[in-house]
Amino acid sequence: MAYFLQQLINGVALGMVYGLIAIGYSMVYGIIGMINFAHGEIYMIGAFVSLIAFTLLGMLGVSWAPLALVVVLLTAIAITSLYGWTVERIAYRPLRGSFRLAPLISAIGMSIFLQTYVQITQGAKIKTLQPVITGGFTFTDASGFTVTISWIQILIVLLTLVLMAGFTWVIAKTPLGRAQRACQQDLKMAALCGVDVDRTISLTFVIGAALAAVAGLMATLYYGVIDFFIGFLAGVKAFTAAVLGGIGSIPGAMLGGLVLGLAEAFWSGYFSIEYKDVAAFTILVIVLIFLPTGILGQPEIEKV
Amino acid sequence: MTTAIRAPAVSVVPGLGARVKDAALAAFVAFVLLAPILGMETVPGPDGRLTLDFHFDLVAIGALGVFLGRLALSFALRGRPLARAAAGPLSVFVSRYGNWLGVAGLVFALALPLMPFSSRYVIDVATTLVIYVMLGWGLNIVVGLAGLLDLGYVAFYAVGAYSYALFAKWFGLGFWACLPIAGVLAAVAGILLGFPVLRLRGDYLAIVTLGFGEIIRLVLINWHEVTGGPNGIADIPRPSFFGFPFTRNPGEGEIAFHQLFGLEFSTMHRVVFLYYLALALALVTNLFVLRIRKLPIGRAWEALREDEIACKALGINPTNTKLTAFALGAMFGGFAGSFFATRQGFISPESFTFIESAIILAIVVLGGMGSQIGVVLAAAVIVLLPEIARELETYRMLFFGAAMVLIMIWRPRGLLAHREPTLRLHPRPGGGGS
Repeated sequence: MAYFLQQLINGVALGMVYGLIAIGYSMVYGIIGMINFAHGEIYMIGAFVSLIAFTLLGMLGVSWAPLALVVVLLTAIAITSLYGWTVERIAYRPLRGSFRLAPLISAIGMSIFLQTYVQITQGAKIKTLQPVITGGFTFTDASGFTVTISWIQILIVLLTLVLMAGFTWVIAKTPLGRAQRACQQDLKMAALCGVDVDRTISLTFVIGAALAAVAGLMATLYYGVIDFFIGFLAGVKAFTAAVLGGIGSIPGAMLGGLVLGLAEAFWSGYFSIEYKDVAAFTILVIVLIFLPTGILGQPEIEKV
Repeated sequence: MTTAIRAPAVSVVPGLGARVKDAALAAFVAFVLLAPILGMETVPGPDGRLTLDFHFDLVAIGALGVFLGRLALSFALRGRPLARAAAGPLSVFVSRYGNWLGVAGLVFALALPLMPFSSRYVIDVATTLVIYVMLGWGLNIVVGLAGLLDLGYVAFYAVGAYSYALFAKWFGLGFWACLPIAGVLAAVAGILLGFPVLRLRGDYLAIVTLGFGEIIRLVLINWHEVTGGPNGIADIPRPSFFGFPFTRNPGEGEIAFHQLFGLEFSTMHRVVFLYYLALALALVTNLFVLRIRKLPIGRAWEALREDEIACKALGINPTNTKLTAFALGAMFGGFAGSFFATRQGFISPESFTFIESAIILAIVVLGGMGSQIGVVLAAAVIVLLPEIARELETYRMLFFGAAMVLIMIWRPRGLLAHREPTLRLHPRPGGGGS
């Protein structure tokens, strides 16, 4: 039971990270119908900016963890959002209205470019961050097993919930959210009604990148090691989560992230850790075959 | 559905001040982007903790470069969009003299080993090039003709390579016996993957094939008993000239290639033989693609690429049609894979990463999807460029990624935009051609 609880806790924390990245895929897909293949790389850049900011603060002598965390969070969000905006501006906007696969190929190119860029500038070696937050709660049950909830896991869950609440509010109540929902329903009609479509799409990329930056920061804190390649796998898994939850649906992305995180944690805990990535991909294939619209997605109507 | 919301083509030419302001803004953005990643390199310090190396000089150079580049671009474009729909002069040239170019290229390829400058190195590079051309042609069936984006093509290459290695090692089968087996196994893998997923939308398909490529690689790494895990398979039997091995001292009762023809033994024989073998395989692929494009199935692929709903209305079964494209593309990947295994003598999962898929896809895309000559040109660029500029090896993938983005923006249909249907019911007035 204790082992089960431990896997549950790990799975939830992992799922939250996947969910945050998945929202970026889901929003972009909902509005312009493309897979932003470079989104995983944006997450990786978020992780690297966090690492660099932590190192810089350490060199400047800032040792009070809460202050460092807030500063790093804001820096990572600001810089990573700018990356998200730039990627959209350079690689996707000129291709709007081009043939269907062009933005996807451009996104793959962008993804390779960003990965190599970080590999060249920061080196190919694994980077280890000194633990910033340590400790947590430990429970022991009657049979002697211990269950640990680390502060980082609590932070991940809390921060994600706060972000989700704020984000839901933005979508539901603000003019930006209204514009996004309008674009999601009908891009052409929204433009005719005076919605600045280009601006809305840009802001969608910025929000997606900001959430990916938070995910990157939390992954850096949680695992303590990052390298230039983490974006690839995280990106594919987060995309799986977005599809699982129903692509285009924001709560769906979070739900999908949780399901995937739990599946992965239990798979590693009870079966084999080597094949955990295979499990994630297999889930993707099975979901697409039997539930192409995902758990919370709406069926797509093909118009001629 | 997004065609109508492009900004109207306003031809107001901005003034100099506006251009400088725009370029300065771009430079500022570049500075902020580059400052943390390029400007502060994380390096392990003396006590194991990370410290930073500052490279703000590089950041300044980068920002200045963006400023000048943006300014130059704004003058060069004069307010026009970068993308061009029309075919460029290169594309017109190739579509007019395509056949002659093909013949000239073939003659050159056949004569290459006899050329005075062809050293072992040249032949080796040429063999690699031919293999990429073959992979490009194979993937062209899937991406260029049928319009399915396959991001896991390397999986079929891996299936071919491992089937050759395993059948040759464990059952002692020769290259020619293994070649069809490898092709069939790769095609079966393609059908197994394609059957459930080909009903999906194009971009879902891309992600699933990507996942499949990774699954194959992870299985190769983890299934130690059969695949040797990360260490791969070594000592794969080398090819022989229809039963006559390329060895200095052949075993009992064997005749080596040089004895058969009464030649002096030379290691070049095998290299040249491998080159011709690769060329033959590539030419078979090319011939196959050229012929099948004219068959009903080939026309169905192209029709499906252009409009799936119309195809359904005409009674074409989209799933089966796509499946044939997928399986045939996979088969050629398998052939190339088994050639790769026999040429290298050693294979490991390292050779079958996603980047390899991306390179093959880049060849097809850069060449202009559906164009056979385009694939050759693009493969030449991608394989030869890093050979010419050895010191640029590190920057190869950077160049790659940037080129994929830029070519998509500049010419979304590829360098040689060749998406004209192979057949037309009513030829265009003025003699067709793009």
